[in-house]
Amino acid sequence: MSAHQHAEGHLPHELEKATLEGRNKILGFWIFLGAEVVLFGTLFGSYIALRHQVLDGPPPEHLFQLPMVFLMTLILLTSSLFSVFAVQAMHRQKVKVLIGWLIGTVLLGLSFLGLEIYEFVHYVHEGHKVSASAFGTSFYTLVGFHGAHVAFGVLWISLLTFQLFYKKLDTIMAPKIYISMLYWHFIDVVWVFIFTVVYLMGKVG
Amino acid sequence: MTTHAIPASHAHAHAKAKRYTGIMDWLTTVDHKKIAILYLLAGLLFFVIGGIEAILIRIQLIKPLNNFLDAQTFNEMLTMHGTTMIFLAAMPFVFAFMNAVIPLQIGARDVAYPFLNALGFWTFFFGAVLLNISWFTGGAPDAGWTSYVPLASNTYSAGEGVDYYVMGLQISGIGSLLGGINFVATIINMRAPGMSFMRLPLFTWASFIACVLIVFAFPALTVGLVALMFDRLFMGNFFDVADGGNTILWEHIFWIFGHPEVYILILPAFGILSEILPVFARKRLFGYSSMVFALVLIAFLGFMVWAHHMFTTGLGPVANALFSIGTMLIAVPTGIKVFNWLFTLWGGSIKITAASLYAIAFIPTFVLGGVTGVMLASAPADYQYHDTYFVVGHFHYVIVGGIVLAVYGGLHFWWPKMFGRMLNETLGKITFWTFYIGFHLTFFVHHFLGLLGMPRRVYTFLPNQGFDLMNLISTIGAILMGVGTLILAINMLLSFRQPKGQLPNDPWGDGRSMEWALPSPPPEYNWKQIPLVRGSDAWWKEKMEGNTEMQPAEPLGPIHMPSPSILPFLMSVGFFVAGFGFIYHLNWLTIAGLLFVLLCMAIRSLKDDHGYHIYPEGVKE
Repeated sequence: MSAHQHAEGHLPHELEKATLEGRNKILGFWIFLGAEVVLFGTLFGSYIALRHQVLDGPPPEHLFQLPMVFLMTLILLTSSLFSVFAVQAMHRQKVKVLIGWLIGTVLLGLSFLGLEIYEFVHYVHEGHKVSASAFGTSFYTLVGFHGAHVAFGVLWISLLTFQLFYKKLDTIMAPKIYISMLYWHFIDVVWVFIFTVVYLMGKVG
Repeated sequence: MTTHAIPASHAHAHAKAKRYTGIMDWLTTVDHKKIAILYLLAGLLFFVIGGIEAILIRIQLIKPLNNFLDAQTFNEMLTMHGTTMIFLAAMPFVFAFMNAVIPLQIGARDVAYPFLNALGFWTFFFGAVLLNISWFTGGAPDAGWTSYVPLASNTYSAGEGVDYYVMGLQISGIGSLLGGINFVATIINMRAPGMSFMRLPLFTWASFIACVLIVFAFPALTVGLVALMFDRLFMGNFFDVADGGNTILWEHIFWIFGHPEVYILILPAFGILSEILPVFARKRLFGYSSMVFALVLIAFLGFMVWAHHMFTTGLGPVANALFSIGTMLIAVPTGIKVFNWLFTLWGGSIKITAASLYAIAFIPTFVLGGVTGVMLASAPADYQYHDTYFVVGHFHYVIVGGIVLAVYGGLHFWWPKMFGRMLNETLGKITFWTFYIGFHLTFFVHHFLGLLGMPRRVYTFLPNQGFDLMNLISTIGAILMGVGTLILAINMLLSFRQPKGQLPNDPWGDGRSMEWALPSPPPEYNWKQIPLVRGSDAWWKEKMEGNTEMQPAEPLGPIHMPSPSILPFLMSVGFFVAGFGFIYHLNWLTIAGLLFVLLCMAIRSLKDDHGYHIYPEGVKE
């Protein structure tokens, strides 16, 4: 972290870690993600404890349509790849490329949300509701919490992308973009577990 | 990690300082020392409210078949007493000391996130206010501080009381989580040059571990409260057995959070004790490394033992045996700490002050609570103790005899550093003896009441069961504790008659850690130059070498400060409003409150805060 480079007008390679404030932000965000792991861990625990309590509603193996869920998984994983490209573009100081990848990430996030809303509406028609059974409540809480995280991420990354149009990419902007990308990866990882624990395990009963 | 990198706003070195005065100063402050005072005042306020609730409970139980409170009011009192004391009094006390002391002890100018620090305080405060508003809206929560289902479900708690519990704790929980993240990052990233982990003062170490526990325990409570909220407000079935739910799930989730929570509170108390004892024994802390090791071990084991609260639930002999052994294991690192404190005192030239009285009295009292803890950890015996006054006696010995004694000791010890004035020693000692005698009178008899079979949480009892005299003694003790606290409050108020700025940096004369190298109270930037730490007990080392201040680790220069902001306050108002929306099923109000929170977050993101610079004496503007 050389103060000299900065003073001479050269920006360091990893802009987000150039200042103490930036490093604090990144460290704190990792700690926050640690807390999020416990949050989702508890939600997964509740779901696993209650998932067989289907009562009169449709059982998961009839309900879940794997092709669509697989498509959602594909979309979210690709968006995570886009956010990696975004951070790489940021390290190369290519603001326009960065904006491009961020917009790509947001668009994929939105299409994921669209499919999830469609999925939920479909389920409700099939009789799978929050109030129908403990399975319904714990399913919608777990998957809904993830969906809310995606929605928040979409809003957050959009707001940052908007700022890139008129603000410099500097040691204040870079950590913000970096941690939003950490957040996006985390959401992606959680979805991988949802795909496995909720959908795949739901199919095999 | 601890070097001083370029401030983010080099280019804006001459940004105008935005300052407020009066009440706006307190609403917008991001200074850790002022936030500490806010936490302390809020903690004292709720401590007094919780204390009054306790005394009302004790008055109801002063004699058999008393009708001072009816059963419903009694249930509300005991629920609010427990919830208030744990979440709204003990937590802010702990955060008050962390804020007041940690940045000074590690040689930092502020915490890692001053803005988040303020946000943590205000969300805590508005959550706490929301919870207490329930007294005026037709009934406080009445399902106990553990809020077990099905008692806390719509069927058995039909009013809004439990909804206030859910929303109040949810909002104040956000504050605790933010505070926890803040201090973990602060202690990792903001240490002055030379302040290695194994040179950290014990209070900082203990707080660090406690904050790690906060980060990993509070999200479980968040989920538990969300689940309870879904069941109560949106016809969810998490805990509704008829629709496939499971009531034991709540017990697990609550105690996965709840058991670490007691360590979140007691570890900083251990830390306070480990700061006070060496200063007044005038001897370095005995066994520093083993103290650190014991803290980590207690925290680790503390996460593994939640089900010892559920021995009688019927988890089966294997689970009960494992949780029983795990719980007893905690006595080992705790014993290490107790012996280290005793060895610190051993051979020291002990100075008796109010602060050292509290610290010394802590040791035997906490050991008593620990012994009953091991008794309770024995699963077969627990079937006898469960839900009796024995349990009440046990946890009050560790919470009042542990945490409250440490907090009172810490108040006397750090008051001069926080406010620049001393508390009166004579009044302090009177408080100590009144409170300490009152405490033992109140709670010692509880053990015997419990063994005789008096159930906890029942609003009255029949005469001639051998309960009458002990309950009378207990109530007298509770009133004595109230009197002690009243004297402490008078002492605090009287201290403000002293002029500010008269105290030396090190008013006790034997300070060891770096907060005593700074003026009392410190300037808002704490350090004119970030100090160089040359050993453990950094300030003591400098004094022994004849220095009157810490050695600087950087040249004199302008000091970058974060700007004050009203956003933390406004965001918390947004949460508060949304909380009301949830409780009264007013969707528009919920959405308005949450949108307002999002708006504040967007403003925070859009408006870059470059802070401002302070030019201390001898630095050219």
